[in-house]
Amino acid sequence: MDRRMLDELGIGSVEELFSDIPEEVRTDGIPLPPGKSEMEVVRYMQELLSANLTAESAPCFLGGGVYHHFIPSAVGTIVSRSELATSYTPYQAEISQGMLQSLFEYQSYIAELTAMDAVNSSNYDWATALGEAATMCHRILPKRTFLVPEAMCWDKRSVLGNYVSGAALNVVGYCYDPFTGGLDLDDLRSKMTSDVCGIYAEVPNLFGVIDPQVPKLKQEFPDVPLVVGVNPLSLALVRPPGEYGADIVIGEGQPLGLPMNVGGPSLGLFACRMEHVRKMPGRLIGMTRDREGRRAFCMTLQTREQHIRRSKATSNICTNEALLAVAVSVYLGIVGGKGLRAIARLNMRNAAELMERVDELEGFDSPVFEGAHFNEFVVRTPVRPAKLNRLLLKRGIIGGLPLQRHVPRMEDHMLLTATEATSAQAMDRLLAALREVAQ
Amino acid sequence: MSYRQARYDEPLIFELRGESDFGLECDAPVRLPEGMERQGLDLPDLPEREVVRHYVDLSQMSFGVDNGMYPLGSCTMKYNPKYADRLSSLPTVASVHPCQDEDSIQGALRLMRELEKALCAISGMDAVTLQPAAGAHGEFTGMLIAKAYHARRGQPRTEVIVPDSAHGTNPASAAMAGFTVIEVPSGPDGCIDLEALGAALSERTAAVMVTNPNTLGIFEKDIVELARMVHAAGALLYYDGANLNAIMGMTSPGAMDFDIVHFNLHKTFATPHGGGGPGAGPVGVKEFLEPFLPVPRIVSEEGRFGLDYDRPDSIGKVRSMFGNFAVLVRAYAYILVQGGDGLRDVSQRAVLASNYLKSRVVPPYEMPFAPLRKHEFVVSAKRLAKEKDVHATDVAKALLDRGFMSPTVYFPSLVEEALMIEPTESESKETLDRYAEALREIADGAPEEIRAAPRSTSVARVDEVYAAKELILSWRIYRQRGLE
Repeated sequence: MDRRMLDELGIGSVEELFSDIPEEVRTDGIPLPPGKSEMEVVRYMQELLSANLTAESAPCFLGGGVYHHFIPSAVGTIVSRSELATSYTPYQAEISQGMLQSLFEYQSYIAELTAMDAVNSSNYDWATALGEAATMCHRILPKRTFLVPEAMCWDKRSVLGNYVSGAALNVVGYCYDPFTGGLDLDDLRSKMTSDVCGIYAEVPNLFGVIDPQVPKLKQEFPDVPLVVGVNPLSLALVRPPGEYGADIVIGEGQPLGLPMNVGGPSLGLFACRMEHVRKMPGRLIGMTRDREGRRAFCMTLQTREQHIRRSKATSNICTNEALLAVAVSVYLGIVGGKGLRAIARLNMRNAAELMERVDELEGFDSPVFEGAHFNEFVVRTPVRPAKLNRLLLKRGIIGGLPLQRHVPRMEDHMLLTATEATSAQAMDRLLAALREVAQ
Repeated sequence: MSYRQARYDEPLIFELRGESDFGLECDAPVRLPEGMERQGLDLPDLPEREVVRHYVDLSQMSFGVDNGMYPLGSCTMKYNPKYADRLSSLPTVASVHPCQDEDSIQGALRLMRELEKALCAISGMDAVTLQPAAGAHGEFTGMLIAKAYHARRGQPRTEVIVPDSAHGTNPASAAMAGFTVIEVPSGPDGCIDLEALGAALSERTAAVMVTNPNTLGIFEKDIVELARMVHAAGALLYYDGANLNAIMGMTSPGAMDFDIVHFNLHKTFATPHGGGGPGAGPVGVKEFLEPFLPVPRIVSEEGRFGLDYDRPDSIGKVRSMFGNFAVLVRAYAYILVQGGDGLRDVSQRAVLASNYLKSRVVPPYEMPFAPLRKHEFVVSAKRLAKEKDVHATDVAKALLDRGFMSPTVYFPSLVEEALMIEPTESESKETLDRYAEALREIADGAPEEIRAAPRSTSVARVDEVYAAKELILSWRIYRQRGLE
């Protein structure tokens, strides 16, 4: 406690500054141990965290929204820059031009990838972006049914349920085609009542399938807002939703140079057509000029946001995932257009190879669906997936994603993922282990 | 005025030209359905060196806590210790998939369980969820819990009461959860007007959201009576943790009889704000609300940690997976380094710094409401505006010229020409004196000079109206308009 400040204030003790807190609610300190040195805490935390198995020390075949990708070293170098990492939301534009331009470049990169015009500077993750997209559809078309694939990651479905509870929307699932793994168009048509405010589809979907029917949705239902969820890495090769009329594009930014981080922080992508921009959630960075006519950047359309519109805002989001958006820009800058296509190709090639080799194993059916896949696919396993994963773990391998939580009838199905980071040796080890445990 | 920020005419990355040296190549044919092939993607190919230089230039045109004092009111921009950076980027954090078998993420589960317990100890609550990704996300989670609680009792309620001095996220979060928001005015002392609150409370009230100390930096003196009134009406009392840095160890939301609280780990617990995020907004509740917390809950048996999804009254999920884990790692490290005594010391020093700085800037700035403040205070530049046509925003820009981040301006709206200042415990008396000196110098300065600020930053004052009119939100729009 700086005695000089107490003296200047003419008080004997800092306790006097708390005299306005009523006696009956006072506490006597915090029941936690005393502080420790940096050295002790670093040692303790390293030790504690060493009980985690990492994808660097064990081959990892998990995906389902979070992926083990290669991250160029320079991404970490840039986002560790103090000026960026320790800054606040750039309310004072003049002193924050670097952060603002980085975020504008992020918006621009996502606009190029998705072929959409307006991109916000981030949502929390894919699931919350979906929740915001559903309520935005309701603002565009004030009806109350939101159609989603029945086969969707359970986390997303649960988050969506919470996000639409305020607007009292009904979330209705449409079926998938049991052969292709794509959407069942007849079933979707049967659910298309006059009460529908939006349709959500994923490319690739939960099963890793690139569904050629999604581009037809806007032709068939031109008046209903279409939301497309994407793995942005796939857009290096796959037709972007902006080209087939999507109104809103969302997704998970993690595959673009962000660590898995046990699931967070990650980055919710959110893009829309220009005509809907005023109904959009989240922060937007716009290009402008300064008093002297120089190019400059600032936050814009803030009248949509909570600090101005309060209960009438398009969303409550304030703190977002800005630094991760910068990381995505740096990643895309380093890999470039050519590099991104090569990475996407490697993902598809490795997944295709794994798919074939697993299918050759006795008792495994791979892939279960006929459609084209991006970097993951569904396998029917002879042993229950959770048990299979435990057996693999004993052999130092992180297996795939059991699908039962997401699609209850898929109790003997798992999602296997390969990326550019999946080495040939890793694949060999998995196949040898699967052969062994299936016997 | 010795500060000078880098001023580069830095092109957009899309305007740079070069040749990629990324090196990874693959021409393997891939199988895509007809009509699903991408026809063109024009992203720049650049050598890594040029990309790094571009972003280093951009970082030099940014300003963080590591550059200088950052007293944004309500944002608690304290110094971010570097050990937390190191720990959160360990491979045992960064390279772990959230869906791995529980046996292979015991470190993560244990860390989260320990952090939950530490947050309970600090707040006086009984159970904590770490899932929400930000403060506003925590508020939304809290509102969903309130809604589920009343529904479970068979008495659904439709309204949430928020004081007019609350952060904008409060009413927005309550509205997103489907509540009608009732705003109650502050009294002449800057505290919640109990009479107005009493008139607003009814059998429709689900919750009352309170920030204490409030956004004026004033401790709600009637908190005991306020809590009694809210509970007598059958409503829940919600604590917005944005200002928790003021009271740790001296009182707690639990002691004040709050039922639900959110924490801002990126404020009180020193995790870097990253130019807007990531943050983390854990939510704590009293025992009777524990069944409603999001799934999965972390449970432990004989030293082994597991995930429990079987919680019939749970609201479900508010974010995928467990939350912003890497942020949780940083905050837990900070809590361990501070310890219980250290955290109380943090609050005491933050409140001392705030009251000291206040004493140095009033006058020339005016101080509405009673003098004692907690960790932040709001002054008004009303007289400056009237006499010299120098407004709060001009003061803010002139501070930038002096190498300081400005306070939060024009909030809370019940103070005209508001400057909301939160120095935090991080700043020394010497730095606070320099900040006060800068504020006084600006008040005494020639009005035309002040209105011409800033001149030492990367750009001069930006034209926000032009930005909103033109809506150039991406390189794609820029090209479409032929602005290249």
